[in-house]
Amino acid sequence: MSVNAKRLVGVAVCTAAVVAAIGLYIGLYLLRVPGSVAAIGTAAGSQLNLATVAAADQSDPHNTWVSYYAVDANSAKWRHDTTFVVAANTLVHVTIYQYDTSTGLRNPFLSQPTGTVGPLLIDGKPTAVVDPTSPAHTFAIPQLGVSIPLDGVSSTAKNTCSQAPCSLSQAHHTVSFTFRTPGKGLYRWQCFVPCGAGFIEGNGGPMQTVGYMGGFIKVV
Amino acid sequence: MTDERHHWRNVVLLWLLATVIMLPIVVFVIGPGLPPGNGTVESHGQVVDNTVLLATATPVALAVLVYFAYALWAFREREPGAVLDGPAIRGNASVQFWWLMITTTMVLFLAAYGTIRLLADGSGGGQGPNPIATPASAATDPPLQVQVIAQQWQFTYRFPGYGGVETREIELPANTLVEFHVTSLDVIHSFWAYELGVKADANPGEDNIAYVTTRGPLAFHVRCAELCGLWHGYMFNGGSVVSKTDFASWIAQQQRLYAPATKAGRAAAPYSKTYFPTPLRRGG
Repeated sequence: MSVNAKRLVGVAVCTAAVVAAIGLYIGLYLLRVPGSVAAIGTAAGSQLNLATVAAADQSDPHNTWVSYYAVDANSAKWRHDTTFVVAANTLVHVTIYQYDTSTGLRNPFLSQPTGTVGPLLIDGKPTAVVDPTSPAHTFAIPQLGVSIPLDGVSSTAKNTCSQAPCSLSQAHHTVSFTFRTPGKGLYRWQCFVPCGAGFIEGNGGPMQTVGYMGGFIKVV
Repeated sequence: MTDERHHWRNVVLLWLLATVIMLPIVVFVIGPGLPPGNGTVESHGQVVDNTVLLATATPVALAVLVYFAYALWAFREREPGAVLDGPAIRGNASVQFWWLMITTTMVLFLAAYGTIRLLADGSGGGQGPNPIATPASAATDPPLQVQVIAQQWQFTYRFPGYGGVETREIELPANTLVEFHVTSLDVIHSFWAYELGVKADANPGEDNIAYVTTRGPLAFHVRCAELCGLWHGYMFNGGSVVSKTDFASWIAQQQRLYAPATKAGRAAAPYSKTYFPTPLRRGG
């Protein structure tokens, strides 16, 4: 084989390897689908149990980031997924176990719960509005008009939980509300409190990454 | 007549013919359908401006196209053979003179036209906290003030003249001068109410004022036009221009609906035209 032929083969092999690597990268990226959690079907609609905590679990690549979790009914099993699958045109009952301390709303307008069917219950108490300085987070689906302020745990509370997973015996608020789903579609949800601690204006990190303080409501 | 003059005459005649045909089509057929529509005084003005720009550009574009097409046809290779270079092009004072005259005139005309139009009423653009292009009607009829508050990632609207009520959607009364005060609670956003013909940057700590004079009923879209983070693509909502009676009814309903938030908001943060993000509530 001549020198030129060897060079040609070498270039062809290298090019094929680079193209294959790029193809693999793109393919894996396209095939990567964030995990999802389906609401539990009940006679009165579906039930979604969530939790908010100051820091994701130890095994998480960003274990200092504030985050939402999906949890089971007794808060014993936590899943770090923020795509929630619910049925179309039904009532979704949401319970959020809120373990984080207060940050406060940047816009006091969000202190009033909206978009719910029935009242917002915080620790079982109907709540028309919260103190704008008290929320730790919000749960909002802007396209559906749903906006729920989540009161923060007092910074002086005992037995607080600073990292997922937490237990119901630790200091928290239980926030419950119901909203009606529209037709099928993908709707984003997010927290409106600038709670990305350690980032400029609190708006970086977990606020800018799906899977922490934002995700999707997949209506099927 | 030399061969060169003959070609010039043909090109000019063809260009004139194309221009005479196309200009009325541009002005009377295409122009009225140009964006962003005729829903408000400002958006109608932008349609007129776009028509003027297109009508100005049409003869220029036609000159290029006609010359290109003519050259393809007239100077095509008629006999197969060696391709030879044409004669060298030497300076042509006349062509250079008219080239400079025409282009300079067009540029100066467009600069003057744009400036005059902009100074007339601001053309729906953000003018900062001290607008210099205030619509004439503002002197006799106080405008409806609407504060547009951008936040990652939604717009809300506060009506200072109605007890400071803040809303998620926006409705405006017809045939009314509206004074938007656009600001942001965090990063740079841009309030783009497409059919209203309004586009104004929303900057934290800035009160960016834009005017619009509504006409009849209109549904419009609002989008953020400044890449602002993760959910920028979802930062949109809609609004409508309704009759004054319907607006009065709607704003009263919003006042009732958001009474708790208005009261809590007033207690927490008095009405302000600008906001600065609170950077460190808990180190974040």
